[in-house]
Amino acid sequence: MDIEKVKIDIQKGAGPIALKTVRQSLLVEKPADLTAAAQFLKDSPDYRMDYLSSVTAADYLDYLETVYHFYSMEKKHGPVTLRVRVKRDNPVCPSLVPLYRGAEFQERDNFDLFGIIYEGHPDLRRVMLWDNFEGFPMRKDYAQEDSETLESQDIEWLDRHGIKVPEAARLKAEELKKAGKRALAERRVEDKT
Amino acid sequence: MTTRTNSLKTTMQTSKNYEVRDPQSSIETQTLAINVGPQHPSTHGVFRMNVVLDGEVVTSLKPVMGYLHRNHEQIAENMSYAASMPYTDRLDYFNSMTNNFGWALTVEKLAAIDVPERVEYVRVIMAELTRLVNHVSAIGFLLNDLGAFFTPVLYAFREREKILDIFEEVSGSRMMCNYFRFGGLRRDVTPAVLEKIRGIVNKFPAFLDEFETLLTKNEILCMRCQNVGILPRDLAVNASITGPLLRASGVNYDIRKVDGYSVYNRFEFKVPLGPKGDVYDRYYVRILEMRESLKILDQALKGIPAGEIMAKKMLPFVKSPRNFKPPVGEAYGRVEGPKGELGFYVVSDGTAQPWRYHVRAPSFINLTILEDMCRGQKLADAIVILGSIDIVLGEVDR
Repeated sequence: MDIEKVKIDIQKGAGPIALKTVRQSLLVEKPADLTAAAQFLKDSPDYRMDYLSSVTAADYLDYLETVYHFYSMEKKHGPVTLRVRVKRDNPVCPSLVPLYRGAEFQERDNFDLFGIIYEGHPDLRRVMLWDNFEGFPMRKDYAQEDSETLESQDIEWLDRHGIKVPEAARLKAEELKKAGKRALAERRVEDKT
Repeated sequence: MTTRTNSLKTTMQTSKNYEVRDPQSSIETQTLAINVGPQHPSTHGVFRMNVVLDGEVVTSLKPVMGYLHRNHEQIAENMSYAASMPYTDRLDYFNSMTNNFGWALTVEKLAAIDVPERVEYVRVIMAELTRLVNHVSAIGFLLNDLGAFFTPVLYAFREREKILDIFEEVSGSRMMCNYFRFGGLRRDVTPAVLEKIRGIVNKFPAFLDEFETLLTKNEILCMRCQNVGILPRDLAVNASITGPLLRASGVNYDIRKVDGYSVYNRFEFKVPLGPKGDVYDRYYVRILEMRESLKILDQALKGIPAGEIMAKKMLPFVKSPRNFKPPVGEAYGRVEGPKGELGFYVVSDGTAQPWRYHVRAPSFINLTILEDMCRGQKLADAIVILGSIDIVLGEVDR
């Protein structure tokens, strides 16, 4: 589909929405406008984008991005790709669940792995990881826990359950606690050239 | 659709008419919350359903997943493009060939690689054989959930085994095939293998007839499946349901037809649709899809040309796949997997590793409407409904 034509049509049909062409997709510059743009694509007789195929996110260090791929099952065309950028420190984006039920699990997945908060989602919980998991593993700055090194709370737990802990591990945990650090795995840096 | 046994219709009552609580009764009743799974044979893996029951009727059902989560996407972002190919086998481990297909297609789209004709034909043949494998086993396991303990599965596995032998011969592995490469295939198929596939294609309809004689009009199957777990057409579209589940609800949407990717637009086949969207339709749509797959296989085997099995552009990367660096950009590729739309979204920053890699897993998204289909049904039917969605936990949890 001609992305420039889609851009003009959305702006004509859904009011003054700031859109920017990024590759073969449209960036909705204000996240709050997303619902209006999606509503237009869904209802407009020219588009009838009734099928939200994929909702996914990506981390670009300066911002987080959600990418939506719309297709039409009725007219059998597509895709129209919309993207929304949100700040890392305030990642709030409107939810498309009221329009498309298909976004329900996918937005939960993005919340789980990227920490993007979808406002208006009926049941925004972690879907893969457990509820008290800390951090968002798909963000590029996420540091993984080192499973080999014990921390002081691990040692407390082991002591409570009567499991013998080697002295060296105990010293290492003390050291970490004093330094106020957590046992994090070193990030595997591969040759990116 | 073939004739349904009419006599059964009168005895079947949909649960809409079922009064959950008798308002005239003075007996105090309580709802009961139970956990189905994660270790339960009917969950097809490690999957949990938090079910609230009123008597035997499901009033609420929350799927809980993630027991097999390994952050597949992050693993793929930390390795080269080609190295994720064997990893995609482990997504939906029943259909490794289709997963390879989706990933290869996406990267070819990203890097604008043209694929030789012979490769396209071999890919279609492998993808359709995979569909046969998936659908026979899905029906077998559905019957398992209905209580026909392992007899139908073994009938299905007898046929599946023959196809897995083909996979072993072409790729070296029965299930984790890792057979596709960007722009080509790992190795060519020999005439002997094509001859064997021809043998399977010739004999498969007889097996399907046998399977259908035993099942399609079977009274127990009809009683348990008809009018159970109805998925309305509009809800199916709105909830991004794909695959046989969508087509059983009467929506004509098959990516092989719509996108016509690879060489699918050269083959003649129909898209079977179900009239109602109940469990029985899903069973029967799968049977019909297998018959259509056989038609495609027949045409592909007749039309397969001789030629190269690797695109010229990709020849330098056959021995050194880590040097493959697609241009900066992004691509979303999708194929019609046996379970639904399998999509891959990839963002390249010009290095040897993808910046972002995402799998649109059909089983995961198809679970969205599990609660809608199960509410008001009996618990035993909820098990059958889950079976009819046909999930694989390797793909759900990723």
